[in-house]
Amino acid sequence: MDAKLSVRNVYKIFGPHPKRALEMVRQGLGKDEIFEKTGMTVGVSDASFDIREGEIFVVMGLSGSGKSTMVRMLNRLIDVTAGSVLLDGRDITSMSRKELIEVRRREISMVFQSFALMPHQTVLQNTAFGLDVAGVPRAEREARALEALDAVGLKPNADSYPDELSGGMKQRVGLARALAVNPGVLLMDEAFSALDPLIRTEMQDELLRLQSEHARTVVFITHDLDEAMRVGDRIAIMQAGEVVQVGTPEDIVRNPANEYVRSFFRGVDVSQVFSAGDVARRDQVTIIERPGVSVRAALSRLEEHDRSLAVVHDKRRRFEGVVTSDSLLSCLRGLARDDDGRIEQAFVKDIEPARADAPLADVMSLAAESPWPVPVVDDEGRYVGTISKAALLQTLNRSDQGEE
Amino acid sequence: MDLPIGEGISAAVDFMLEHFQGAFDFFAAILKFLTGGLTDLLGWLPAWVVIVVLAGLALWRVNWKFALFVVAALGVVLGMQLWEQTMETLALVLAAAIVALGLGLPLGVAMAKSDLVAAVLRPVLDFMQTLPAFVYLIPAAMFFGLGQVPGAIATVIFSMPPSVRLMNLGIRHVDVENVEAGRAFGCNPFQLLFKVELPLAMPSIMAGINQTIMLGLSMVVIASMIGAGGLGNTVLTGIQRLDVGLGFEGGLGVVVLAIILDRLTQSFGQAGRKDSPLGRLKKLFGGEGSERTPT
Ligand SMILES: Nc1ncnc2c1ncn2[C@@H]1O[C@H](COP(=O)(O)OP(=O)(O)OP(=O)(O)O)[C@@H](O)[C@H]1O
Ligand SMILES: [Mg+2]
Repeated sequence: MDAKLSVRNVYKIFGPHPKRALEMVRQGLGKDEIFEKTGMTVGVSDASFDIREGEIFVVMGLSGSGKSTMVRMLNRLIDVTAGSVLLDGRDITSMSRKELIEVRRREISMVFQSFALMPHQTVLQNTAFGLDVAGVPRAEREARALEALDAVGLKPNADSYPDELSGGMKQRVGLARALAVNPGVLLMDEAFSALDPLIRTEMQDELLRLQSEHARTVVFITHDLDEAMRVGDRIAIMQAGEVVQVGTPEDIVRNPANEYVRSFFRGVDVSQVFSAGDVARRDQVTIIERPGVSVRAALSRLEEHDRSLAVVHDKRRRFEGVVTSDSLLSCLRGLARDDDGRIEQAFVKDIEPARADAPLADVMSLAAESPWPVPVVDDEGRYVGTISKAALLQTLNRSDQGEE
Repeated sequence: MDLPIGEGISAAVDFMLEHFQGAFDFFAAILKFLTGGLTDLLGWLPAWVVIVVLAGLALWRVNWKFALFVVAALGVVLGMQLWEQTMETLALVLAAAIVALGLGLPLGVAMAKSDLVAAVLRPVLDFMQTLPAFVYLIPAAMFFGLGQVPGAIATVIFSMPPSVRLMNLGIRHVDVENVEAGRAFGCNPFQLLFKVELPLAMPSIMAGINQTIMLGLSMVVIASMIGAGGLGNTVLTGIQRLDVGLGFEGGLGVVVLAIILDRLTQSFGQAGRKDSPLGRLKKLFGGEGSERTPT
């Protein structure tokens, strides 16, 4: 896996004598203690993680946990106190001013919480800002800016001024401005936090859509869990300047690193976090359909394993149906003595498999109504496992464990 | 107690007279060139040309009502036989403003960029602004003698502080995220100043320019005490002869100039982007009916 950005033991101390406070952090003193003793603030403390090419990497944490500081050290709007930040292996923290300006002009761009558009410039000029600064000739930069505006659906507003736009539209301009320079890395500090909920979800979808067209490496700061879950491929959780856990949303929900992380996820709607595939288990008896497999054979296989249910799939694991001892028996009763029966005659009716990528929420009603576990298939129809009521309850309970 | 502060200042002025005469002469030469040139120009232009130009500016920047006012008010000045003095005063104000802004605005930028510069300049500015205007006349007269140039110099010093202050304030108050955006997209310090900070600080800068010009006008009148001429002379003569009518006429001329300069410079301060010169012209010639509400 390629690390696009690599953060290595990064510290940031705000105050007049950062080295002194740095010593104290390294000796293991906490943020609060250090503030009491020296008046200096530990913004970020010993952060190390990799951000992979093309992923949306979410940084989440409470207010003051150091998210903004962290993201600003990635393009060096804030200088690190110690440690290094590698962009494609090049250390940003030791670059010359000139190299740094080049990197900012071509490789990393940023979207801001309160949009930070230039009020005296049109939408088009705003979008072309980065290209203008980089010295791209007017005709070319306007063409590229128009393209970026088109991508966010604002081409018709190119000649408007920012104060004529709604919040959501302003942030689309902010996004277009960042995309216009065609950067490898996009930094978004609470980019959608100032928008009202409906527009916010719309913008999240917009980001995901843009990402599906052209996957960039996105570092997305938020303090909103739902947002983190929605857009994040992986999430880093910050607590008082430290990165306490990095992982996929599922990883973190399953195994929260500490009470702080757990508290974040308390009350999270697990059914939205997990997909059917995450919960499905392969603990059912399976029967491979081939010419020799008859109703009688299936029945004896169930009895042998002391089960009342089996899943039938073909040689390529493609799901075909579900049989139960009841369905097999009633089918047998209707058969002539010398007929062993074909197994599809015994399939339980009305069992629809769920798709593995469906949110658990969608499967829940299915599982609740059905007397049988719900089979789950992948996008090519291959059998993945089943979700039983018991497994479902267990998963849903997991998020409540922290509350006792 | 009798602290010899006055003596100290005198000694300092003497010292500066002796050693920095060259610098003062250079400064004076610039001002002389500007005031002389502007006085000559405005004196040479027929009154109606000046009136048409100012009324045109009024029409473009403010509205037709103000343009009418400009024509009427300048007509009154002409009728009072004070045209020549008014133009002298205007020339002096403009010359002093050009120099004051030429020094003040860059100083304001330096102040915004460096806390050290700000810490040094702030008390100096306070001092410059609180000292009674008359006090500037004495050293100005000592360094440069009597006449237009020392008057202009006193005016420059007296009127400069607001442009320095408001430039500094304007830049420092530019939204942090806008500055961050500028930096994040790769601005060098020069680009940051010209593409982000100055445009966003423009209302504040324009307010500073307006104040500098208005203070300049008030000082120019006072400066007639050291022979700067213009409308101030008329007022002064009125006082000396106890001629209320003459004093009032001079004062009226000053008021007319003040109103015109104030409204015109303010209009540049409010200038949003929709009021670009081209847009204004289009509006003027495009639709007389789309009259803006008078402000
Ligand atoms: N310029 C600064 N000088 C001093 N302390 C600072 C500075 N910037 C941030 N801090 C401190 O560093 C810590 C981390 O701040 P940061 O802004 O990174 O938090 P955050 O996670 O982005 O919070 P929020 O959700 O409120 O934006 C805070 O304790 C803050 O007070
Ligand atoms: Mg923040």
